[in-house]
Amino acid sequence: MRTLAVIGELGRRSVRQTFRRPQLMAPLLIIPTLLLAVQSAGAGRAVDLPGFPPVESFFDFLLAGAMVQAALLAGNSGGIAMAIDIEMGFTDRLLAAPIPRFAIVAGRLAGTAAVGAVIAVWFLVIGVVFGATIEEGIPGALMMIVLVVLAALAFGTLGAALALRTGSASVVQGTFPLVFVILFLSTAFFPADLLLEPAETIARVNPLSFVVTAVRDPVISAWSAGELAAGFAATLLIGAVGIWLCSMALRRRLRMG
Amino acid sequence: MPAIEVSNLQRAFSADFLAVAGIDLQVAEGEIYAFLGPNGAGKTTTVRMLTTLLRPTGGSARVAGFDVVDEPAAVRGAIGVALQEAALDPLMTGRELIRMQATLHGIPRAEGRRRADDLLRRVGLTEAGERRVGTYSGGMKRRLDLASSLVHEPRVLFLDEPTTGLDPVSRKAIWEEVEALNREGTTVFLTTQYLEEADQLADRVGIIAAGRIVAEDTPTALKAQVGKPRMEIVLAEGDAPDCIDVLGRFGDPLPPKDGTLMVEVAEGAAAIAPVVRALDEAGIVVESLDVVEPTLDDVFVAKTGQHLEGAEDEPDTGEAEAAE
Repeated sequence: MRTLAVIGELGRRSVRQTFRRPQLMAPLLIIPTLLLAVQSAGAGRAVDLPGFPPVESFFDFLLAGAMVQAALLAGNSGGIAMAIDIEMGFTDRLLAAPIPRFAIVAGRLAGTAAVGAVIAVWFLVIGVVFGATIEEGIPGALMMIVLVVLAALAFGTLGAALALRTGSASVVQGTFPLVFVILFLSTAFFPADLLLEPAETIARVNPLSFVVTAVRDPVISAWSAGELAAGFAATLLIGAVGIWLCSMALRRRLRMG
Repeated sequence: MPAIEVSNLQRAFSADFLAVAGIDLQVAEGEIYAFLGPNGAGKTTTVRMLTTLLRPTGGSARVAGFDVVDEPAAVRGAIGVALQEAALDPLMTGRELIRMQATLHGIPRAEGRRRADDLLRRVGLTEAGERRVGTYSGGMKRRLDLASSLVHEPRVLFLDEPTTGLDPVSRKAIWEEVEALNREGTTVFLTTQYLEEADQLADRVGIIAAGRIVAEDTPTALKAQVGKPRMEIVLAEGDAPDCIDVLGRFGDPLPPKDGTLMVEVAEGAAAIAPVVRALDEAGIVVESLDVVEPTLDDVFVAKTGQHLEGAEDEPDTGEAEAAE
């Protein structure tokens, strides 16, 4: 119970930190929103290409990609904030308190998950305002929120692991462009069938593709249990790898002092 | 039972670098113990081991009765820590920080709010409590850091260079707060590179150099080890040998330095009046006369052969200005 209170407190701090530091919050919403606007306006006729899945509009197709992109950036941003804490000695304050070590990471991730929820709601609102139709209605929208929150959490574990391993905000920030590389090598912005090799093969095995497809599913079609399950499994896999890396990095940091 | 008990404590960062090379010390309940030494002497490494932030590579340490390696959670529950450079989040308000610290120590929310109010009042930050820490001055940050380390009423308080970089007024405010805490029964272990801070605050001082304690005692006893107070005289008129003859009646003359004549005077400032009378009777006119007490830097020099870094340009506490 006490540990939950600590995680809640650290999560609240993490959310406040994100909202009070514009350079952390702005990229999460502005960059994916701009990309969504530019791509859907500029390449809207992509839906007419042979092999493109049946969708109402390119905007509907891209919405899930933008949401997952923002979730990825939220994970990166959480890692940057954690590295800043390490650099300024704030993490030592937490380590000197009688709390379980994992609560420090869990608190940060709780904050990242909350930011993930804000992101999901933001893009759902944008989606509805700009004419996206969520085929599965409110249950579908709720499922999208859950998936984006879990995705932010999973990506947050990777950001936290990098922060704990390097202790350097600039190193974590340096991975920012990777977000775009990984995204463009998935089905976030284009169906795998229409990508050239080797991008097509990479996109077919990229866990991000499964997450995006699961988030997209309630927008463009009726539920597909298989796609949802694959999305959750991919999120779980990313999160499990991230937690393992976090635990190794935290142990190393504690050993090195 | 001592509040802190350390035996042959060591920390190696590599095969050929021992940051702390076997320290033994005991700090009694209710004592203020100052760890004095230059940068890189091993002060912070020792504090990090005693506060469980760093695992020792040798020896043992108990804080508040708990072993720092085997019972780290119990140690953390019993200590307050204010680390070097005041590790504060500039985006939090002062009140948020103390309330967060209360939660970390398992204090219920309502009680945490009450303690935050009390502590902010105690360190004079009630007005600033709702402002973000990033807008605070250096002194305000240190006071907030100190307040946050007290939220769970720790038995032992660790302060790592609590006044480094502060102006004289802020420094005095911290000293007064540390003294008040100690009067209330808190054991204080502080590190400092300021001689005056150790001299003014500490019941006992441990001088550390190259990872080892080279001297340890009360400030008075340490200074007594390196000699008596000395009188320094610059002549306006008169013959130096005559003056030395006169001074020899009051103590052992020391070799002159840069035209300044010096004599050890066991009575310290009490010797000024008789010396002035004797010089006057001998027709010797002095330009200046001063009694210099041995300092902890003299102790440091005697023990290590080096001056403490910055000892000569150590900032004062503003007392001189206040006297004027």
